[in-house]
Amino acid sequence: MISRNSKSFSLSCRVNGSELEREIPSSRSLLDFIREDLGLKGTKEGCGEGECGACMVLVDGLAVNSCLMMAVQLQGKELVTIEGIKGKDGGLHSLQKTFLAEGAVQCGFCTPGLIIASEALLRRKPDATLEDIKLELTGNLCRCTGYEKVLSAVEKARRK
Amino acid sequence: MEKLSFVGRSLPRKDALIKAVGTAQYAADRDFAGLLHAAAVRSPRPRIKILSISDAKARLVPGYVTLVTYKDIKGVNKWPVVMQDYPFLPEKEARFAGETVALVVADSARAAKKAAALVELKYQELPFVEDPLQALKKDAVKIHGKDNVFSSFVIKKGSVDKAFANAAFTVEGEFSTNYQVHSYLETQGAIALPEADGGMTVHSSTQCPFYVLDAVAAALALPYHKVKILQTVTGGGFGGKEDVPALVASHAALCAAKTGRPVKLIYGRKEDFQSMSKRHPGWAKVAYAADAKGNLTACRVKYVLDGGAYSTLSAIVLWRGTVHAAGPYKIANVDIQTFAAATNKVPCGAFRGFGQPQICFAQESLIDELAEKAGLDPVQFRLKNLLEPGDKTVTGQKLNSSCGLKELVQAVRKRSGWDKKVNSLSVKGDIATGIGFSAAYYGVGLGAKGRYLDRAGALVNVYKDSSVAVNVGNAEMGQGALTVLAQITAETLNAPYESVRVEEVDSSKVPDSGPTVASRTTLMSGNAIIEAATPIRERVFKTAYDILIAEGADASKPMTAAGGVFSMGGKAVDFKKAVSGCWDRRLKMSEQGWYVAPRTTFKMEDGQGDAYVIYSYSADAAEVEVDLKTGVARVKKIWAAYDVGKIVNPKLAMGQAQGGILQGMSWAMYENLVYKNGIMVNPNFTDYVIATSADKPEYDITFIEKPYAEGPYKAKGMGEVPLIGVAPAVANAIRNACGARVRSVPLLPEKIWKELKKV
Repeated sequence: MISRNSKSFSLSCRVNGSELEREIPSSRSLLDFIREDLGLKGTKEGCGEGECGACMVLVDGLAVNSCLMMAVQLQGKELVTIEGIKGKDGGLHSLQKTFLAEGAVQCGFCTPGLIIASEALLRRKPDATLEDIKLELTGNLCRCTGYEKVLSAVEKARRK
Repeated sequence: MEKLSFVGRSLPRKDALIKAVGTAQYAADRDFAGLLHAAAVRSPRPRIKILSISDAKARLVPGYVTLVTYKDIKGVNKWPVVMQDYPFLPEKEARFAGETVALVVADSARAAKKAAALVELKYQELPFVEDPLQALKKDAVKIHGKDNVFSSFVIKKGSVDKAFANAAFTVEGEFSTNYQVHSYLETQGAIALPEADGGMTVHSSTQCPFYVLDAVAAALALPYHKVKILQTVTGGGFGGKEDVPALVASHAALCAAKTGRPVKLIYGRKEDFQSMSKRHPGWAKVAYAADAKGNLTACRVKYVLDGGAYSTLSAIVLWRGTVHAAGPYKIANVDIQTFAAATNKVPCGAFRGFGQPQICFAQESLIDELAEKAGLDPVQFRLKNLLEPGDKTVTGQKLNSSCGLKELVQAVRKRSGWDKKVNSLSVKGDIATGIGFSAAYYGVGLGAKGRYLDRAGALVNVYKDSSVAVNVGNAEMGQGALTVLAQITAETLNAPYESVRVEEVDSSKVPDSGPTVASRTTLMSGNAIIEAATPIRERVFKTAYDILIAEGADASKPMTAAGGVFSMGGKAVDFKKAVSGCWDRRLKMSEQGWYVAPRTTFKMEDGQGDAYVIYSYSADAAEVEVDLKTGVARVKKIWAAYDVGKIVNPKLAMGQAQGGILQGMSWAMYENLVYKNGIMVNPNFTDYVIATSADKPEYDITFIEKPYAEGPYKAKGMGEVPLIGVAPAVANAIRNACGARVRSVPLLPEKIWKELKKV
């Protein structure tokens, strides 16, 4: 009864800067691939339905909800998860620094997704306005912060 | 007041870094060798008689291990919460759609879910009750006792009928509020690991590790010393991880006990919506009376909460709502009657505010109506009647000096530009702007009804290298407990903040410290830490003094201790050296602390007594825009002021305030969980809408710190305070903007539009 799901696929992609080749079940979601097959637990599952943004990752620089994408769609593409978000010196990324400095982290479950979404925006639009940031982050639910400190963290990262 | 080095400063949050880089381990992130996965089989209907449960088809799923039902429960099949009417797993009858009736264990989460869907549950539908007001009627289907009442309270004082008869102004109104779903981003989850001696270790996402301990020990019939609960990094709670994590963890533990292997149970979002606790829907009929000068003379309240299928925390949620039902006012004549009703829907429990926001919405809306009738400005009316130090609450409790309510109101009035805005009608095209006000109080801690649980322990351990480890029984769930408690430890020991580490709760390291609720963690665990750290402090200070003398310090000057350094007469010694000296002297550098809340009382007959140890206070003003054509309202700005005693960490407090305000606004404006014929119809974030970054209003927040003598460094409690008064301030602003008085939360456009038609 699992015949269709057992079909495997030879995936070739880049993950956090390294080449990766892996046989995967063709039915694997990108989120399960990241968490279970790669063991990268920084990407979170908040809803499994693309509603909350906790599982966001960068695929070729664009923020996607990894629960809504299949792992096979990563073929030939570049994946960056929160574990791959780093500053130029290999230390903290400017967004991570401003999230810490502004107090934008509370329970932290939405934080990796928020940082990914913000990074995607700032790559696309380095001079994003507060309104741009507000709109961009509507796909990332946060129940703790009231968003104020999150928005100021992204604004401050933008200026750096 | 003493000069503080660590308390009162915005020191960096202890757990922020690991969360920002993605290495923090939440329950779902933990892995163990031989790990199995569980998934729940749920009742599809509101009330069923269970005829049979078969895994004949589920067995065919590759990786299937076993089915777990009530027959696998070794202990008594009653989850120990308050009234013990909720079985760990139902035997004959399931009482709400979504209730776990059995569990499936498999070698992957995917296989477990697939197999759970193939379990055949044969059942017969039973008549059910959906509406709490119907449930209280004589001819209603009975699902709890003879009257469907989980619990009921009264507060009675003075002569209410007489006061209403003699009043110059009276108002009366019916109000209702809908559910609120906690929407913590991390769903419920636990991992249970069987130990070689027959014990069980459970990793649990929870606010209340000791509730989990009670439940797992009961379900497995194990002595407590064979059960260990380790709280995992918890991705939000807000009350939603108070009671129910104990049920989730018990289910994981039953599966682990049966299979002899570690079992992980992580909830999907839909089942989390359907089966985990919620804010109770509320219904209230409230009436106030005032004399010709606008002084409140009487208040009458009937307040009903929709408890759902099992009582869980309804009794104590209702009690808190009862005590605060008349609002923060001086009122001589009071008649409050409250009920928690049983219905065949998801059991409701704790949610930030705990039975207060529902009734606060009702009474603060009505206070505005009364002010209007008496021809007084709503703020002036409140200032006339609000509680001050020395006044008595409706339970007869005399307030001490830690009550800054009127100052809060004045601060919000001034900062919001109230006096100017309230009477200036502002309509541009179809958009009307208005401003609304509310005031509230909040009894900190568990109060008289929870007093037996109102104690907390702490273990403070100062190592040879001067690093400090602290264990407490209250949990970090995002609010900042690890940070605030580290600041209190550092302050007490004069240890550098960086050297202090507070751990997530391990139930084997500290005694049962009650739940992490009721805005009690800073107060209770903070005081327990101070008690534990004080004898160590004395040893460190004495040793530091001796070292300074030995180094030739001028002893004619007193020794000062600040920022981790001890100084005297031109010499200085740091904490590290002082601790090293303590170890050289073989001094005891580990201590337990235990703090018990001061006495509280509540007489069941008339609701009189000193209900809570202390109160925190809030004042809110909201500015809204209403589209007169569509009824769509938008909150532009919230001004708030809080008296929560000493602020331990201003940045964290601000985060709590902003988050609480938005949660309150979101409940007030958008959040609308719908049941139809006993089935929840929108268990997801597409159809159940919560506020996003684009909905966020502007915040203007002021703290007025009225010191609480009993509090750690004079702190009270703050977690819940910012949410409580938001909804009525918004409703009052909508009324001010366009004349529409909406008496039902959420304040949806269609409700506003309907009221606009009457204006």
